[in-house]
Amino acid sequence: MAVAPVLPKLVGQRTKRREDPRLIRGRGTYVDDIALIGMQHIVFKRSDVAHGRIRSIDTSAAKAMDGVEAVFTGAEIAEFLGPMPIGTPFPSPEHRAVAVDTVRFAGEPVAVVVAADRYIARDAADAIVVTYDTLPAVVDLELAMTGKPTVIHPAFPNNLAIALVPSGTGVSADGSTVDDSAVDAAFAKAEVVISQRMMNQRLAPSAMEPRGVVAHFEPGKESMTIWSSTQNPHILRSFIAALTGLGQDRVRAIAPEVGGGFGAKINIYGEEYVTAAISKRLGIPVKWTEDRSEAFVATTHGRDILGYVDLAAKRDGTVLGLKIRLIADIGAYNMLLTAAIPTLTMMMANATYNIPAIRTTLTEVFTNKTPTDAYRGAGRPEATYFVERAMDMLARELKMDPAELRRKNFIKPSQFPFATQMGAIYDSGDYEKALDLALKNAKWDQLKAERDAARAQGRLVGLGLSMYVEVCGIGPSAALPTGGWEHSQVTIERDGRISATTGASPHGQGNETTFAQMLADQFGVPMDDITILHGDTGVVKQGIGTFGSRSQAVGGAALQMAGAKVKTKMAKFAAALLEAHEDDLVFENGMISVKGSPASGKSFASVAAYAYVPVPLPPGLEPGLSDEAFFEPSNNTYPFGCHISMMEIDRQTGEPTLLRMVAVDDAGNLINPLIVEGQIHGGLAQGIGQAMIEEVVYNEDGQLMTGSFMDYAIPRAIDFPRFELDATVTPTPVNPLGAKGVGEAGTLGSTPSIVAAAVDALSGFGVKHIDMMLRPEKLWRIIQGGQQGQGGQS
Amino acid sequence: MISTPFEYSRATSLDDALAKLGATKGEGKFIAGGHSLVPLMKLRLSEPKILIDIARIPGLSGIREKDGKIEIGAGTVHHDVASSALLQRACPALSDCASEIGDPQVRNRGTLGGSLAHADPAADYPAMMLALDAEIQVKGPAASRVVKASDFFQGLFTVNLAADEIITGIQFTPVKSAGYAKLHQRASHFAIVGIGAALNVKNGVIQSARAGLTGASSHATRLTEVEKALEGKPATSASVEAAARGAGAALEDINSDIHGSAEYRRAMIPVFTERALKQALARIG
Repeated sequence: MAVAPVLPKLVGQRTKRREDPRLIRGRGTYVDDIALIGMQHIVFKRSDVAHGRIRSIDTSAAKAMDGVEAVFTGAEIAEFLGPMPIGTPFPSPEHRAVAVDTVRFAGEPVAVVVAADRYIARDAADAIVVTYDTLPAVVDLELAMTGKPTVIHPAFPNNLAIALVPSGTGVSADGSTVDDSAVDAAFAKAEVVISQRMMNQRLAPSAMEPRGVVAHFEPGKESMTIWSSTQNPHILRSFIAALTGLGQDRVRAIAPEVGGGFGAKINIYGEEYVTAAISKRLGIPVKWTEDRSEAFVATTHGRDILGYVDLAAKRDGTVLGLKIRLIADIGAYNMLLTAAIPTLTMMMANATYNIPAIRTTLTEVFTNKTPTDAYRGAGRPEATYFVERAMDMLARELKMDPAELRRKNFIKPSQFPFATQMGAIYDSGDYEKALDLALKNAKWDQLKAERDAARAQGRLVGLGLSMYVEVCGIGPSAALPTGGWEHSQVTIERDGRISATTGASPHGQGNETTFAQMLADQFGVPMDDITILHGDTGVVKQGIGTFGSRSQAVGGAALQMAGAKVKTKMAKFAAALLEAHEDDLVFENGMISVKGSPASGKSFASVAAYAYVPVPLPPGLEPGLSDEAFFEPSNNTYPFGCHISMMEIDRQTGEPTLLRMVAVDDAGNLINPLIVEGQIHGGLAQGIGQAMIEEVVYNEDGQLMTGSFMDYAIPRAIDFPRFELDATVTPTPVNPLGAKGVGEAGTLGSTPSIVAAAVDALSGFGVKHIDMMLRPEKLWRIIQGGQQGQGGQS
Repeated sequence: MISTPFEYSRATSLDDALAKLGATKGEGKFIAGGHSLVPLMKLRLSEPKILIDIARIPGLSGIREKDGKIEIGAGTVHHDVASSALLQRACPALSDCASEIGDPQVRNRGTLGGSLAHADPAADYPAMMLALDAEIQVKGPAASRVVKASDFFQGLFTVNLAADEIITGIQFTPVKSAGYAKLHQRASHFAIVGIGAALNVKNGVIQSARAGLTGASSHATRLTEVEKALEGKPATSASVEAAARGAGAALEDINSDIHGSAEYRRAMIPVFTERALKQALARIG
């Protein structure tokens, strides 16, 4: 018998992504690649005013065009489609997928065309004539809170979606009682208080693949298949089933290749409901593909949270108390998770520090803008930004090294699990270790000397440092209205190959690779023998989805549990064949054999074949090798890290250049460091984008001024220095993998460290804080102001 | 992002292109790289009924030296200008200018003639055409003519080109001591302010200078006050700094948008004028 090749262990290896060859070669299948016989095409007519009453809609010319199947106004859609649901418990105004009588942001749909192709549909949408009684628009969140110049939803006075929710020290869990004494005492004994208004600006998520939907209702079967570019097909299925009146057993949702989501494809959108409802209404397959101009107005935006931050401390740097008043500009409507995103900012206000007393309050405000929802980091980058900017300002005020101020206030390793003032239980952490590694990698002291030398030459060079802790792997079920678990089914096929499903529907996270690495090790078979199936509720029986950096931590754990169940059963079949005890068997190198005598083993494939034709059937066993698991984590995970930036600002022009980006991230155990680094690269890119070049801008009339990539800057390779990455490993106890999640980490530490570097570079001009993005003109004005002795932006 | 319907045809020669354009009775447009026209069509800001593709007309692209002058065909893509060994030797500032246009996709599709004809107020080439005193070769149904760059850029998206004419190329006397400096708009990589500058230096004295400005105003324009201030001055940093100081001060229509206020643009004109001139100084050899 030939000796089987030795298979290396793959978990922890830098295995290349198996997804990439097909994607790089253009062989992926995205929603827009799907074509069905008889399929018609939808185009939405969208409002070009930000706020107005619809006076009239004339669809007659559109209906008369050759190739137009149907045209629906909002009122006509409302006859067969109910208002859109949201996924949070907060009060919300009625939101129709297509506006019925009032439009509240530029880009809101007002009518729908169904036609033989996209081009006809687009021309027909142009032929629809809509007249509006224009109402005043409000785009400034603090102005909106005064109720002037307009109230967007009559049932929400002063445009307050959420008037005020308190959280933190002295606030009861349900928010009903608030005791300010601890917070007041902390500030009363403070020797120094930092107070700063900070805007965490609005961003456009801008996935490379815009959204798209194909809905296929089959009248004979009273069932629906819906393809959508979504992060969570199972959640989509639930909502489509509810709104179409079909049961969940009659709806199959498929997320094929998804070209990026960044949180904006968690929400279930009006276009998904409308496409499904029209397919059911007309009994034909229909497709809608978002174009890039639409994506800027119709896909949810991120961030847009204002923070009034007060930090109390002793002069030796001991932090005593923190207050953050948060005001979130959520745009015109509540979407699926809109209202909940800023609550994550509150939740993470404790950051990485021992802070004896914290009070946060949250107000959410409607404005005439595109609604906000999750965007990479979703509430946690905002928390990190507010706290870390305040810590940086405190260090500057006390003339302390920013690293030493952090070190003085860290939650210590011995304090974990750590119950924060905000009600979170941090699972594990060693913040000082991450800080020290980042300082070592950056050569912090040498870097400071380089900065000082550059300054002596008149150059404007600055350093910034930021810690972060985020909440990932969200669970248990009490934490999510959808349920906080994840599901997997592992099947050993009759030929010995393995197929495994995951409900964590990846869209760039590389789970086809990492999950195959895990199963390869678990079963001792080559990774090439394993296929990971996802993104299809007809194949993947249950699932929640991929968001909040949860696919590996929660989905990976479910996969391992399901694998373990199957392995146990397979061992029983192998034990019968080998006449051995199942506990004495090892799975390695494609063989199942008795420990210590590999030559006596049976091939993995032969045991699989036996399990499906079990003659004789071992007593107590059913045929077959397939089992499933639901994994419910006991808690969230709390990854953390330290990011260090070095920046130079052109004294003449204000142009900032990022010279160094040093990141140490601790995501617990790493399944595949190459993929982890890729995730961090992407996160850093978007964090640097927010700090330096990305900003959604509206004019006073509510018209989007950054409606294309000509005006909205997407970060590119030329915008970055080389990323200098490293990791510490502090496993989490809340899942069997010890993995914490890493998809969003890069967006957290980078932004405050970059702004700190900019402030440091311009500190000679008296500036203490600069709001993002770091527009050259903004920096130039600080330099001009300083040079003229007028002080800079505070 | 879907244009209105249009017909498409490919021209086989310049005469064929002009004949095809004439036959559209004003409803046609030439297309080469499409990097100015197609975005406008996708936004339905331009709705031509007929597109005449001039990208494959033989001889319309290429860079050559002829009688001491350099000729560049209108169909030459930016990447070819950026990477031309001839230009890098004889007139490196023009290669630099091309290398700073947009991004690699734009540079591999967009053409010189298209950029000049479109005349985006923030396009890079027009500033360099002014600095090089380039002549723009234009062909119409009846005759060909040559237009000096300083007479070509007339207003916002407005150039000295009749509706029935086509740009066939440019020609200019190469200047080694020239420079192009630009403040990038980080989204589009158009110029917030861009300055092309060229110096004619003999025995250490600036005989004449030319400077062109883009991005700051409705159309590319010469900075004549800078040119005059440099004439007869020694080719030194001090001369350049003094001349740049007042650059653009007399300009009245300064652009203002989310990427830069008029005040900021005005302040950046001297900065980038000085930088372009210093590049030119560094190349006196």
